[in-house]
Amino acid sequence: MLGAATARATTHLATVGDFTLFASRAARQAITPPFEFRETTRQIYELGLRSAPLIAVSGLAVGVVLSMHTRASLERFGAESMIPAGLAMALVRETGPLTAGLLLSGRIGAGIGAELGAMRVTEQIDALEATAVDAFRYLVVTRVIACVIALPLLTTLMNFAGILGGFFAETVVTGMSLELYFTRAFSMVELTDYIPATLKTMVFGFIIAVTSSYLGFTTSAGTEGVGRASTRAVVLSSILIIVVNVLLVRLIFFIFPEAAG
Amino acid sequence: MTAEEPAVRLEHVTKAFGSTRVLDDVSLDVPRGAGFAILGRSGTGKSVTLKHIVGLMRPDAGRVFVGGQEVSALEGEALAAVRRQIGFLFQNAALFDSITVGENVEFPLRRHTKLRDTEIRERARRKLEAVGLGDDYDKMPADLSGGMRKRAGLARAMALDPDVLLVDEPSAGLDPITTEEIDDLLLDLKQQGTTLVVVTHNIPSARKLGDQLVMLHGGRIVAQGTVEDLARSDHELVRAFMQSRHAG
Repeated sequence: MLGAATARATTHLATVGDFTLFASRAARQAITPPFEFRETTRQIYELGLRSAPLIAVSGLAVGVVLSMHTRASLERFGAESMIPAGLAMALVRETGPLTAGLLLSGRIGAGIGAELGAMRVTEQIDALEATAVDAFRYLVVTRVIACVIALPLLTTLMNFAGILGGFFAETVVTGMSLELYFTRAFSMVELTDYIPATLKTMVFGFIIAVTSSYLGFTTSAGTEGVGRASTRAVVLSSILIIVVNVLLVRLIFFIFPEAAG
Repeated sequence: MTAEEPAVRLEHVTKAFGSTRVLDDVSLDVPRGAGFAILGRSGTGKSVTLKHIVGLMRPDAGRVFVGGQEVSALEGEALAAVRRQIGFLFQNAALFDSITVGENVEFPLRRHTKLRDTEIRERARRKLEAVGLGDDYDKMPADLSGGMRKRAGLARAMALDPDVLLVDEPSAGLDPITTEEIDDLLLDLKQQGTTLVVVTHNIPSARKLGDQLVMLHGGRIVAQGTVEDLARSDHELVRAFMQSRHAG
């Protein structure tokens, strides 16, 4: 029994080692030429632009809900005028980046895991290599770059959609104008709130792309394996995002103490 | 590569997956311009042999040469340069399913030539016409039948006019007429000077395409020679294989 547990632990450690090597290779190749511009652009469109409707609609809904909750809390203190600023601060600093990261780990993570997994089991990855193409650079690095670029942009979209959703909720109750709402919303938000929180989603993008690519690239066991890779890609990248977010927030507070205020 | 040098050479190649030894001290030479058929039952290492030749797998022991270059020791651009001389038709064609049939054939040309866009399209169209798929340029791979996919895969494998063409089970899952059509296409290529290495179960195909045949069993070569040599083999399994219902 102890032997079996040791064997399992060794297998898990080997997988962690493999994954770490995979991730560091992806990071290294993402910043060294040759770059696959055409494929990277295609991936930015597929993974980024095509995720925009999901992010925009989700952002609107999150903004409405946040606004309703914020109103319920601030009304008690007669501080309703703070609702736009409080909502914008919450969205920009944390809710927007984390929600966007988790939503995209679902959409993009599942997509990459399934696509690369299917390519592996149908020998398309072997066919790429046999055609003298570096499959890792062509399939993995392009997705990593696309995700690292797309996540901050989509997070910004999420923030704006959320603030807009908050405006809709607010204007229904108080009839507040769009101009006044946005003036109040951005009255307290500083660049130190927006930039570090948004840039951290580049790390989320890296996590999503690398995790799902690794699981897709190492798929075995046919179509069942493809399904498993897809599910694990979502679960693992979501967990990693949540855990790494804690470390990143701590790091942001360390580098930008004013962001903690 | 000298005229006498074989197009492909395997020297004492051994490969194991876990405790299973798939190739066990396999050595063979494929002469330039020849048709070379690798026979054997399922799971005897035939496809693994092809993957060693194109460098998709590395031997645990032994060496693999293509055109005098040791593929098993090459990496990066040097390996890519050898691969550009090799075409590979996979068992299930392995067409890239997110792009059209025409784009599949264009793919190697776009990657490895500096031809203009119109020229690339023209060449890809000619390759597809050669395999009887001239009208299917804009179709997606999922819209093709098994035989059509295989022919499209052959067009892609031939896009760069490789010196060596590796073909994995050209007749698998196909009806006899389509099998014969694919065999005829391969025979044409051989007659144009392409070296063929064909993995097959199908004896009529092997007879048609193979100047030389080897039979793998248990990871080892148990017979080597012409169709007639194998038919007269002392090895019971080889004789049984050659006399099977697929034997022509």
